[in-house]
Amino acid sequence: MALPIYASPLERVWHWTYKAICAAIFIFLIAPILIVIPLSFNAEPYFTFTEKMLSFDPEGYSLRWYDMLLTFGMQAPDAPRDWSWWRDVLANAIWFDVAWNSIIIGFFSTILATGLGTLAALGLSRSEMPWRRSIMAVLISPMIVPIIITATGLFFFYSKIEIQKWGVPYLGIILAHATLGIPFVIITVTATLSGFDHSLSRAAASLGANPRTTFFKVIMPLILPGVVSGALFAFVTSFDEVVMVLFIAGHDEQTIPRQMWNGIREQISPAILAVATILVVVSIALLATVEILRRRSEKLRGVTAG
Amino acid sequence: MVAIDAEVSEDIRGGLTTADGKPLKQALAHAQARARRKALLLVVPLLAFILITFVMPIGQLLFRSIHNDGFSANMPQISAWFDETSAGDAPDETAYAALVADIAASAEARTIGVVGTRVNYEMSGTRSLFTAAGRRAEDLQPPYREALLELNAKWGDPQLWGVMRSVSSAYSANFYLAALDLARDANGDIIRAPEDRRIYGMLFMRTLWLSALITGLCLILAYPVAHLLAVLPLAKSNLLMILVLLPFWTSLLVRTTSWMVMLQEQGVINNTLVALGLVGNESRIQMMYNQAGTIIAMTHILLPFMILPLYSVMRPINPSYVRAARSLGATSWTAFRRVYLPQTLPGIGAGALLVFILSVGYYITPALVGGASGQLISNLIAYHMQDSLNWSLAAALAALLLAGVLILYWLYDRLIGIDNLKLG
Repeated sequence: MALPIYASPLERVWHWTYKAICAAIFIFLIAPILIVIPLSFNAEPYFTFTEKMLSFDPEGYSLRWYDMLLTFGMQAPDAPRDWSWWRDVLANAIWFDVAWNSIIIGFFSTILATGLGTLAALGLSRSEMPWRRSIMAVLISPMIVPIIITATGLFFFYSKIEIQKWGVPYLGIILAHATLGIPFVIITVTATLSGFDHSLSRAAASLGANPRTTFFKVIMPLILPGVVSGALFAFVTSFDEVVMVLFIAGHDEQTIPRQMWNGIREQISPAILAVATILVVVSIALLATVEILRRRSEKLRGVTAG
Repeated sequence: MVAIDAEVSEDIRGGLTTADGKPLKQALAHAQARARRKALLLVVPLLAFILITFVMPIGQLLFRSIHNDGFSANMPQISAWFDETSAGDAPDETAYAALVADIAASAEARTIGVVGTRVNYEMSGTRSLFTAAGRRAEDLQPPYREALLELNAKWGDPQLWGVMRSVSSAYSANFYLAALDLARDANGDIIRAPEDRRIYGMLFMRTLWLSALITGLCLILAYPVAHLLAVLPLAKSNLLMILVLLPFWTSLLVRTTSWMVMLQEQGVINNTLVALGLVGNESRIQMMYNQAGTIIAMTHILLPFMILPLYSVMRPINPSYVRAARSLGATSWTAFRRVYLPQTLPGIGAGALLVFILSVGYYITPALVGGASGQLISNLIAYHMQDSLNWSLAAALAALLLAGVLILYWLYDRLIGIDNLKLG
């Protein structure tokens, strides 16, 4: 990217303009995500930087919105914060409740999507797989079809089979989220398998390993990074999903995005920004995990990053 | 020597065989079929799962879009009369008698509202006609024609009878007509809907136009960034890549919320502009609850989907091609246009199609920042599902949107191939 010494003045100008444009686009990408973090510590109920915040006056900052998240929906939020206060939080605080729902739904839909998706990816990456292309297109389609269409269809379908009456909590929404997560698992795991050296499994077989041993001792460790990052994608998809929840979730199956949606639609308060900040921190952690896994996988497969 | 030759030719004539005497060809076909079955067996559980949780619900949706038995299931006698007679027949006393009997039975079963709603979809202002008749049906005495007309003169309206005839069959394409701004007149001919009712065509056009605009904006913003990432050394570009991947991993609602915070009239951008003196305090720019809000927020949200495919195509491009062009006398613009750009076309195609497909079906962001003028077709589907409760119309709109998306998806698979879809 360095400019050659023979570059003309015009090229020099363009070179620096180009860098400035790129910097501006990077700011456009990242600024909206970072800006909610300081604003969530605002002491005032505004969505902009107050003068006190700009002058870094400690009085301009506070944790009141985080506190509000904790106490929202509690029976006695002003009681002294002892053991019974925390029990009240766990039992009644709405954000605790929806976070718990989100985690349950995300966990089970991820297990389902990862298990079925990995199995299918193993089949799809075999050279003998018949109708490979068409099957792949069907399996990826939940990612392409607008969620509102899938949600509408599931709404009709679930009301026809009356899934709410089956007595399994969260069942409908877990199945729906698993469907949305499957394409991500398929994509990441088949990508990992495409770089897989099949002579390794043949070597294992020639050394006397049976197919099961080969799978668990040779194949699995090598594709594990891909499987885990696929699972993380599936989890994030479920954790972030709101349309399905709006359409098919029961009254006691509300999730974090659903609660955010309510908050944004009705009366947006900086408490939403506190939730947003927590979610940004979560996504940074997930991104870091996926990045580490990717590098590990490249190292395992002998592809080195420059 | 001769004997061996004879043996070889014997083998060829009888086909090569395996150790246990089976013909080799057959054994190979057998083994291949087994391998195929094994591979298929691994995919079958997921395929069944997708079939149940995805394909069947979509089938249910398509069925809903042509099937609505709100009238026919609750009004059996009059539906039978419509079956026996042909279009244009004037309703006689038997028809009115059947109608009154059905209304009475339906009012008894408390389904008269459903019946009225079904007719109301085709001809507005008729729901109350049915519910009012339902309340009085018990008291009506023959001759029923006069009795009903006395209740409300509208019962003699030929258009109402035409509509009732059309809804007496549970299957109809009328919801598709409505979704395309068409309607049927009293004779059953297809006409354009009244001027003030033509909203769906406009919304489809707006969805396409905004999606195209957002795709174009994404391309303009993504191209320089992807190029920079592709030519930087990997260690540096991996660091900068975080700035692209972090938005990609951040919750959609978080990103929409932060745009709401930034774009508000009292928000960060307007405050900064006012503080810098670029904009007067009274003339703050309205950037949200209109199309601008939808465009800005969606461009930001979909930008990573454009950068990543572009980057994966640009990375392996050999820089010596451009250098060769320059050394042969091309200006940097010509070298870019004639040598570099053509090599990135697959990435442009992949990114543009992906962003377009995703933006056509967007719901959350337009609903939150779009206001009235920034709504897309998905928002209307949600409206008919949740507020107006005209589920069949919602299903028809969804089916039309689905058809469009599937065509684009097929195109994507043809041109780029689903296998080349990469994440991060």
